[in-house]
Amino acid sequence: MSAPVTTRIDDTPAVTSLRRKDLLGIAELTPEEIALILDTAVAMKEIGSRPIKKVPALRGKTVVNLFFEPSTRTRTSFEIAEKRLSADTLNIAIATSSVVKGETLADTALNLEAMQPDMIVLRHASSGACHLLSRICRSAIINAGDGMHEHPTQALLDAFTIRERKQRLAGLKVAIVGDLLHSRVLRSNIHLLTKMGADVWVCGPPTLIPAGIGRFGVRATSVVDEAVADADVVMLLRIQLERMEGAYFPSLREYFTVFGMTEARLRRARPDVMIMHPGPMNRGVEIASEVADGPYSVILDQVANGVAVRMAVLYLLAGGAEHEAAA
Amino acid sequence: MKRLLKGGRLVDPAHGVDGVRDVLIDGDRIARVGRDLPADGAAVVEIPDGLVVCPGFIDMHVHLREPGQEHKETVATGTAAAVAGGFTAVACMPNTNPVNDEANVTAYILAKAAEAGLARVYPVGAVSRGSEGELLADIAELKQAGCVAITDDGHPVKTALLLRRALEYAGMFDMPVIEHCEDPSLKGDGVAHEGYHAAMLGLRGISGACEALGVERGVLLAEMTGSHFHVAHMSARASLRAVRHAKDAGLRVTSEVTPHHFTLTDEWLASPVPYDTNVKMNPPLREAADRDAMLDGLADGSIDVIATDHAPHHYDEKNVEFDRAPFGIVGLETAVPLSLDRLVHSGLIRLPRLVELLSVNPARILRVPGGSLSEGAVADITILAPELGVHVDASAMRSRSKNTPFDGWDLRGGVAATIVGGRTLFVNPAVSLAV
Repeated sequence: MSAPVTTRIDDTPAVTSLRRKDLLGIAELTPEEIALILDTAVAMKEIGSRPIKKVPALRGKTVVNLFFEPSTRTRTSFEIAEKRLSADTLNIAIATSSVVKGETLADTALNLEAMQPDMIVLRHASSGACHLLSRICRSAIINAGDGMHEHPTQALLDAFTIRERKQRLAGLKVAIVGDLLHSRVLRSNIHLLTKMGADVWVCGPPTLIPAGIGRFGVRATSVVDEAVADADVVMLLRIQLERMEGAYFPSLREYFTVFGMTEARLRRARPDVMIMHPGPMNRGVEIASEVADGPYSVILDQVANGVAVRMAVLYLLAGGAEHEAAA
Repeated sequence: MKRLLKGGRLVDPAHGVDGVRDVLIDGDRIARVGRDLPADGAAVVEIPDGLVVCPGFIDMHVHLREPGQEHKETVATGTAAAVAGGFTAVACMPNTNPVNDEANVTAYILAKAAEAGLARVYPVGAVSRGSEGELLADIAELKQAGCVAITDDGHPVKTALLLRRALEYAGMFDMPVIEHCEDPSLKGDGVAHEGYHAAMLGLRGISGACEALGVERGVLLAEMTGSHFHVAHMSARASLRAVRHAKDAGLRVTSEVTPHHFTLTDEWLASPVPYDTNVKMNPPLREAADRDAMLDGLADGSIDVIATDHAPHHYDEKNVEFDRAPFGIVGLETAVPLSLDRLVHSGLIRLPRLVELLSVNPARILRVPGGSLSEGAVADITILAPELGVHVDASAMRSRSKNTPFDGWDLRGGVAATIVGGRTLFVNPAVSLAV
């Protein structure tokens, strides 16, 4: 594996932009594009460490953050990323939008589009909502989480965080444990990690393992010790309280008994294992507090890196160095 | 007025005929069928080489949406689509607004059909009042008003007990009970076939077992009651297994499959247009093993009927998030080209078998006229152009709704003409035929 790339945003490497209109998911990206985003994020992270955390890369660009689901982490992360790149930003949350008046997503999008934003960052409860918007809008669509489908910037920031610590993705054993069925983070991470050559294991109760998992290019198990054994990375997925009502498992307590990530379970992993969680965490359900707050946890690094990765995505979709040269 | 259809290949499996025959039409009836019939004063219509004269096709599973949802379809536009698609008759499902659960609704539909004067319309009545699954509808009155079968289609009959009662009661009138087979608890809020593609796209799944459980329930009750149970729009291989067992046991169980379920698979969820709401239907497009099982069933006779489940929806209703879009696609104007292309030209079945699936068997199951070209029978005739290249253009469809995944497809085989009660109601301009 090559050394970490230290591309600076004023360098002019061979590939300097994502030659695509939208970021709908990791599924569509090539390994080269993923590497480009991660490399660019290295430079973006440096901006965040400066006393004046602002560059003019997206000056004059308008970015709409259109959030149909509550989100703290992702929305604020995008907003900070946009502001650090000098974009004009507009936040629209469901409670204040005209959706409550019965407007369709397509009409909401067309109305926004009429105001000529350059990018729309969309979070929506329906899988495929970003694809629908992409077919309607001239603006670039960035998927900030669509239903149970994908959450590409989460997977990118996870990969960035892993690469920062391990200097590579290929060959690492990554165990992802939790609610596999309903998780968009899982799907994006599976696409990304398998494209980049990681050995991906997924683990959860059989009731929460999607049909057709055999074709995902991962190893699936319900034996958590097997998933964790010799893992370089253990990623926990949130268990939602309402899954009990769907009879996916009997109780949160029992879930913790069988799948909860404890220090004892982690001893099977590699000594330098990284513990990750996309948040929000349920302490004492999918993860024990001593693990979440322990020395292996990079959970807050993930949040910090989210800004850099989202800056990279925004910058590259806007045209990257090519756009800046033209401006 | 008499007309003589002269020199065409005639496929009439009910009489074991597949060869060149003339058909003499006198008014609304077939007067004679035979070789080298004399013109005898009749207007002679030369059937060009390559065209095939068949008993009129009957689509036994159509949603005409009237009364109540005329923005999607009306009896007039739906029957116009039917004749353009080669169907001389359709059976329309009762999930209108109001539900066709009483005789005056049936009468309204039949009045609209008479006004349109296109394909014959056979209303299917509701099993239960409001299709709500609590009380039986007035089934005898529905039958007297013209209903040919009963169903709570759109949903399964709510309880096994009510389905049992419906089979027993409708058995008294020799009416089939058509069942939308599905276990509601297994379906949950699923929107696509439970499998790899739905999982990758993050769409909630509907398993094949969900349908098969409904089929098994109906088969058991058909055995118990001795009544005729018909499986609507079958899609899962486990359902076909249950139907085969029932047939082997001599039960009165029949089944239908749609062109989309024998043509497409759940791969269409992902490409060419990801999350295309025009591939969202219930039952969903299944995986290849299920689709292939449906093809086997069509070939070996365990599936009785091709029916479209023609389900028109307005563009605005489909132009939404996948999980919010209504289930269903239009089918009347693509069924015959898809059947010829995918079943006949692929070598899976021959034309007489296709005519059984589209004409003989639906007539037999619904106990309605047609299904054969008998002397004295109604002159309902579908003329096929099996070699005609057909380009599907949704915008040119007669149906009020255009929700089809087949827009832009090029298929081999089409409809040349549709004759209902001796009246030529459709002639394909791409075919030189003066009928």
